[in-house]
Order: sequence, then C-alpha cells, then structure tokens
Amino acid sequence: MHVELQTQPTATPVWPMLRTLGVIATLSGLLVVLADQITQPMIAEKQRLLTEQLVFQVIPGAVTKRDFIITADGRLEATASGASGEPIYAAYTAAGQLQAVAIVGSGGGYAGPVQVMFAYDPSCQCIVGSQVLKSNETPGFGDKLDTDPAFRENFRALEARVDTAGTALANPIVTVKHGTKTAPWQIDAITGATISSRAMGKAANQAAQRAAPVIQRDLAKLTQPN
Amino acid sequence: MAEAPQDRATAAASAPLLTQEETLTADTFIRGLWQENPVFVMLLGMCPVLAVTNSTINALGMGLSTTFVLVFSGILISLLRHWIPKQVRIASYIVIIATFVTLVDYAIQAISLELYAALGAFIQLIVVNCIILGRAEAYASKQRVLTTIVNSLGTGIGFTLALLALGTVREILGNGTILGISLFGPDFQPWLIMILPPGGFFVLGAWLLYFNWLRLNRLRRVTTFTGAPADAR
Repeated sequence: MHVELQTQPTATPVWPMLRTLGVIATLSGLLVVLADQITQPMIAEKQRLLTEQLVFQVIPGAVTKRDFIITADGRLEATASGASGEPIYAAYTAAGQLQAVAIVGSGGGYAGPVQVMFAYDPSCQCIVGSQVLKSNETPGFGDKLDTDPAFRENFRALEARVDTAGTALANPIVTVKHGTKTAPWQIDAITGATISSRAMGKAANQAAQRAAPVIQRDLAKLTQPN
Repeated sequence: MAEAPQDRATAAASAPLLTQEETLTADTFIRGLWQENPVFVMLLGMCPVLAVTNSTINALGMGLSTTFVLVFSGILISLLRHWIPKQVRIASYIVIIATFVTLVDYAIQAISLELYAALGAFIQLIVVNCIILGRAEAYASKQRVLTTIVNSLGTGIGFTLALLALGTVREILGNGTILGISLFGPDFQPWLIMILPPGGFFVLGAWLLYFNWLRLNRLRRVTTFTGAPADAR
C-alpha cells in the first residue's frame, strides 16, 4: 500500500504567509496603540469640556459647578473625596446660590440606550431642562429630543416630587402619546419619534428616582459653601 | 502608445484585472469622480450612503473618513504588493483597512464628539465597505504607490461628493436647513420622510435617474452627430 503523504506539490510554503500576517498584525497593533496614546488625553479633555458645557447648557445662568457622587448607600459625597458612584453636578449662580443639579439617566430607545442629562431644581422639585448625551437613535432623528420646540416644553417644569417616605418619586415620570398629557409628571411624545420620546421618559424617571431623594436628603451638602 | 486616450480609458475601466502598471494621467484621478463613481455608477457602499446622509455634515464626515482610509490603506497595500502571498491577501487587506479605520475612529472622537455620536457605528463599519476592499484588490495590489494615491483620492472624493449630493438634498428637504443653518424660516414644514431611511432611497433613486438620463442623452447626441454609436459613458 502506497500512501501518498505529500499530495500538494504546488502548495505555497507556510512561512511567508505566517511572516506576512505576523508583520502586518504587529504593525497594525503598533499603529493602534500609538493612536490611542496620542488621542486619549485629547478625547478625555473633550469629554470634560463637553460635560462642563452641557451642565451650563441644561442649567442656563449658572457660572460655577461642583461635582458630587451618589454613593451606593445613597449618600452625597464630593467627587474630590474619591468616592465612587453616580456623578451629579451642582451648578451655582454668580451669587453662589445653588441653582439646579445636573443628573444623568438612560432609557432604552429605538437602537440602544439613550443617555440624557437633566437639570433638577431642588426648590421646585422638578426637572427644568434636558440634553441628550449619547444615543444611537437614527442619526438626524434622535436630535429632535433636543430641538423639537413642543417637546422641549415638557422640560420647563416636569414634576419630580419625592414621596412622603423620601425614598422614591411620588409620581413616576412617564411618556404619553402625543396630545394626551394631563399631569405635570407626564411627557408629551413627539409624533413619529415615539420610541425615542419614551426612552427620554425612562431616562428622566431613572435619573430622578435615583438622584432626587438623595439630593433632598443631603441638600445641605450642596448648598453649603466650599 | 498610439492608442487614443478614450480607448485607454475604456480599457482601464472595463478590465477589472489590470495586470500592467498604469501610467499616471489625469484620468487616474477623474475616473473615480465620474466614469467609475463608486456610488452613482458602481453602486457600492450603499450602507453608509443610505444611512448617514441625512445631513450635510454627517455626509462630509463619512466621506472624508472613507477617503482617508482609502488613501492610506492603498499606500500600504501598494507598498507591500510584491510581498503578500495571494493566499493571505484578503486577510492582510482587511487588517490593514481595519487599522486605519481605528485611527479614524480615534481621530473623530478627538476632533468632535458630536460628529462621532452622529456617525455612530458607521465609522467602524468602514472596515467592511466594499469600495475600499474593491480598490485594494483591483487597484492598489497591482499598481505603484503614486498612481494608487491619486486613484484612491479620486475614488474617495467621488464617494464624498456623492454622499454630499444625497446629504445636502435630504437635509434641505427633510429639515429645512443646510449645515444646520435654517433656510426657509420657522414656518417651513419639514418633509420629515427625507431624513428617515425611505428618504435615502428616494433621493438616491432621483440622482441615479438624473445621471442615467444625462448619460443616455449624451450618447444620443453623439450618435446623431457622428452617425456612429459611441461609448455610453
């Protein structure tokens, strides 16, 4: 019995293929790491500036901001203390008065989560502004959440009152069909962008449920000077 | 060498398997803009064409990113063309293309987080854009670096112009703005469907209709004048 062990006389040697792929992969890795090293500080700085700009955008009139953290056990700590948790941003007027607190929440949209920053005014216990931070909604379309004038009206004074126990909202924030808003804690959806509008409602509810009780409980920490 | 330029262009355009190295002419560049426009003639890269052309700025960002990847992956592939065994060429091209796409991805984040958010996953998806792999396989892997740069640049700009043609029309009709600047005042009722996915198909269809009409018209005119059938392009 003659078993032909080498049946492929024309096969290309393995070494050049390995060498080529190896060299290209190494080169690729080097370039990506280099690009990452160069752009990372730029991206972090952009992100920081963007956060600052967004805070002052959702809270117009504010001139200074201080960063706080909601810890896992529901307390407010200054970010500088090194605690970890959900960040919130307290914004102050020129006179040093607490104007509003920027809080972040997210809700499931048409194509993944929609992350939104809201301005929460502790004195009226309501949401007074909003700005989408991140969304994968259809480009040019999810933008309506930030630009549609009728929809913006919802966020003039969206009620986010804490219940008597002080642990959750008295009335959860919900999005309702366009033209059926009856209560101050409801959001009137955008026609044709219902799913995105609903995501906005979920985000508002999530942000307020998490932050409003803590802010009301620890309000003194926010209002006292540095 | 006695060939007329028209004949040479025809030969280059109709033969995807260029075996000879092309001499650098104006045609090397212009071909990608017009006769071989990736979108309006070759109908390649339809995914980003339909998905991110709902505003002028998105179209421009996408077009320039693709052009960057086209040119730089072309350079590298052309440099390595005698050295990549043909059995592993597709894998090599994809790794090279993916590298430059990652660089663009970082660069856009560093330039504008807003644009990055608007373009979403479509930046990463440039990796699988068939215009780029097509250019790598049909051109860069067989041609000298200089002609590859010029040809890739032509194709990239052709792609960018096509995206802009769609993006501008869709933004004007669907949002009443151009580059975010309002054109018709607050009373304009935007034609919302134009910035939705169906609008992409409508506007692309309209442009294709227009370009094919132009082409046929030219063909008809040339036939009438010379009495001989001419090249349809």
